[in-house]
Amino acid sequence: MFRPIISALLVVIIVAGAVSAQEAERVVVLTHDSFAMTEEVLAAFEEHTGLRVEILRSGDAGQMVNQAILSKNNPLGDVLYGVDNTFLSRALEAEIFAPYESPELQYVNADFIPDDTYRVTPVDFGDVCLNYDIAYFEENDLSLPGSLSDLLLPKYGGLLVAENPATSSPGLAFLLATVAEYGVEGDFTYLDYWQELYDNDILVVDGWTDAYYGEFKVAGRDTGSRPMVVSYASSPPAEVLYSENPDVGAITGAIVDDNMCFRQIEYAGVLAGAANEGAARQFVDFMLSPAFQEELPLNMFVFPVRDDIMLPEVFAKHALIPENPAHVDPAEIEAKRDEWIQAWMEVMLR
Amino acid sequence: MRRARELSICIYGIPLAFLGVFFVYPLLSILDVSLRPAGALDLSGFASLLSTDYYLGTLIFTVYQAVISTVFTLLLATPCAFVFARYRFRGRSLLLSLATLPFVLPTVVVALAFASLLGKNGLLNDVMSSLFSLDYTLIQLERTLAMIIIVHVFYNFAVALRIMTSYWSSVGIAVEEAARCLGADERALWREIRLPLIRPAMLSAGALVFIFSFTSFGVILILGGIRFATLEVQIYYQAVNMFNLPLAAALSLVQILSMMAMMMLYTSTQKRLHLAIASSRTIARRARTGLERLAVGCCVALVSGLTLAPLLALVSRSVLASGRLDFSNYASLTEKSRGSLLFIAPLDSVFNSLRFALMAMIAALILGMIASYLIQRPGRLARLADPLFMLPLATSAVTLGFGFIIALDEPPLNLRASWLIIPISHTLVALPFVIRSVLPSLRAIPPSLREAARVLGAKPLDTLLTIDLPLLGRGLVVGATFAFTVSMGEFGASLFVAQREWVTIPVVIYRLIGDPGMASYRQSLAMSVVLMLVCAGGFIVIERLRIAGVGEF
Repeated sequence: MFRPIISALLVVIIVAGAVSAQEAERVVVLTHDSFAMTEEVLAAFEEHTGLRVEILRSGDAGQMVNQAILSKNNPLGDVLYGVDNTFLSRALEAEIFAPYESPELQYVNADFIPDDTYRVTPVDFGDVCLNYDIAYFEENDLSLPGSLSDLLLPKYGGLLVAENPATSSPGLAFLLATVAEYGVEGDFTYLDYWQELYDNDILVVDGWTDAYYGEFKVAGRDTGSRPMVVSYASSPPAEVLYSENPDVGAITGAIVDDNMCFRQIEYAGVLAGAANEGAARQFVDFMLSPAFQEELPLNMFVFPVRDDIMLPEVFAKHALIPENPAHVDPAEIEAKRDEWIQAWMEVMLR
Repeated sequence: MRRARELSICIYGIPLAFLGVFFVYPLLSILDVSLRPAGALDLSGFASLLSTDYYLGTLIFTVYQAVISTVFTLLLATPCAFVFARYRFRGRSLLLSLATLPFVLPTVVVALAFASLLGKNGLLNDVMSSLFSLDYTLIQLERTLAMIIIVHVFYNFAVALRIMTSYWSSVGIAVEEAARCLGADERALWREIRLPLIRPAMLSAGALVFIFSFTSFGVILILGGIRFATLEVQIYYQAVNMFNLPLAAALSLVQILSMMAMMMLYTSTQKRLHLAIASSRTIARRARTGLERLAVGCCVALVSGLTLAPLLALVSRSVLASGRLDFSNYASLTEKSRGSLLFIAPLDSVFNSLRFALMAMIAALILGMIASYLIQRPGRLARLADPLFMLPLATSAVTLGFGFIIALDEPPLNLRASWLIIPISHTLVALPFVIRSVLPSLRAIPPSLREAARVLGAKPLDTLLTIDLPLLGRGLVVGATFAFTVSMGEFGASLFVAQREWVTIPVVIYRLIGDPGMASYRQSLAMSVVLMLVCAGGFIVIERLRIAGVGEF
């Protein structure tokens, strides 16, 4: 007979324990699942400003932008961080941002700033490019592909695994690199290129995790069978950093020749109608501050947009940054993304 | 008399109100925004649905793979359920609990487990090629429909097994004994008595398995590859990647309506089937003849092979590093990794998960019990209520997620970033499990039992406590187990929460798996094993609670 009472008490205790402490003034950051930042850096910001930072992770980048658009009349947060150039136009067209020109922008390479309306502020960038298993190429005395067309050579047949652009952000980035290289009109379009990649036995899987951990073959790991994968330029240093014996050095490399990579730039913006617009601006400044920028590589494996930041040793040693990544205009991406992916699917998924 | 009536309306209203506020309202809001974007009705989504036969193909494939998955699951689970209900053997309840474990694992982890078991370089291929010195890969299931079906069976086997076992244990054996006296042989017993008797539970379990396979998302994406797309995958793709909300809403409606139709069909067959013959007398005994022993042996082998082999492959992967035993990844779970990613040490997420699972379980049990009584009543409302409570399972998570964001955004229901969204959404998903576990047993309680009690002067509450609860005990345990498991393994809603301390175990696993490097990959395996252990512990406690709480006569 006491059981219901005990259960009721239990519920009260649980609920009481779960209710958070009294509300400080807060800044809510709407971001994607991959957000990560050193806690001390956030704590320093909180102490300095008296704000409490709340991180609202909202699915992948696409999901986050859609949620921000849907909740535009009553924003989910104060500041959005993590929209990249493949989704930027969608966010800008929906007018979810309030313009803000951060004074810290003077330290940022002007190439990263999309326009002079300052609706979004660049924070970091990363390049999607091919990674390879160093041991495989050495053992088989194989040279590295130096261009996208090289991948069509028979000697690279059956070696590459890529991601589906419909379901994966690096997959889309790689598709965009081929669109930039071969175009959508003429004798040999990006679709012809993919047709030949298909004939050369490329494997396409749905997500990065599946490609990288499931199909990519790396010396010393018992999974996967393909020595080339579509991944990030920052994957090789990350591989060193988190390998079980970092002393061995790099076991994978990135191929960063001209037009073989696609650059993803991530932006932040103050959400229009935010409950705490002042705090949102402070947070944008904070994201461009050296303290935050320095921590980007080791937290999210992306590079700072400020040009006066020293990279961590493992990145300085093992990371390659492509000099000439492929470029597609964000407005064109938003307008044509669906069409390009649908056409790609018809070629690849027959 | 009128007061009693008002009271009963109030009580029955609780689960309906819950469903109305946290499911129907958000769903209608998002459909409204999607289909009337500028105030005028926009049916372009439906137009593009009908303009090609591509989406018809998707619908047919979705139904097709769900039917196959359900048939195979029931084919395997029915004989096992009989053996588990009728025979006592060592390790029986342990095995039943272990069989439930797959249900808690995130799809990514299950994909890993199956890759390490059935993949090209997997355990089974290794064993086969060394045994028979093959020079080719024997098992090539990657990205085939067969792989999808195997994993669906792996996920859903326990649902069917546990619901049918609990029901079979509670239907009386007297009818069978009578038939045997009249000269019925084994075959006649199966045809005339056992199968007809188990049919309500079989259909109940089958309905759940079907819905689960119908709305399968992660399994299809990760294991099936891109050639296979279910409606759920299409909805996600249209809503998230294309932001084509009219089309996503049209697809969601197709999915919901087809599920609704299935459920109506199912409910109408179910009504005619039930026989009131409950008994809480335990009928399990030891296997005596050689044939019986063989049946038990086969069952144990099947359950272990199907559920334990992939789990063991996972465990062995988590403790083996380049051929040696290594537990450093487990040790590092207590540290706040790099002080950054998760804001808490991975192991602290265990307490968060337990807390939410407990809340969801209690809520789902209470609401589910009331809902079951409501559904079991005669009348039109009851007929509608049954499919209604199943709908959250049939609704695309993305659709509902967007619905939450636009509907629950004003006080007093500003839940968008609150931790409350976790137990609430878990309860929504857990409710159908409680109902499906309890309902067959509830319908099997002969009305004469309650009437007799009432005649003898028992108050309604006494009848509930002394007649219904003991008879529903097994069903309640199964419902509680699944409610707990659903909550422990759920991932999507847990991400919505702003307070960064409220990270749950599956969120930790996803974060670790997405991080580069072998170390975090192995940590994610270790964390998956922790998730299984915590759940197994939870199962044991739930079993204990039953013995202490309602007990058996």
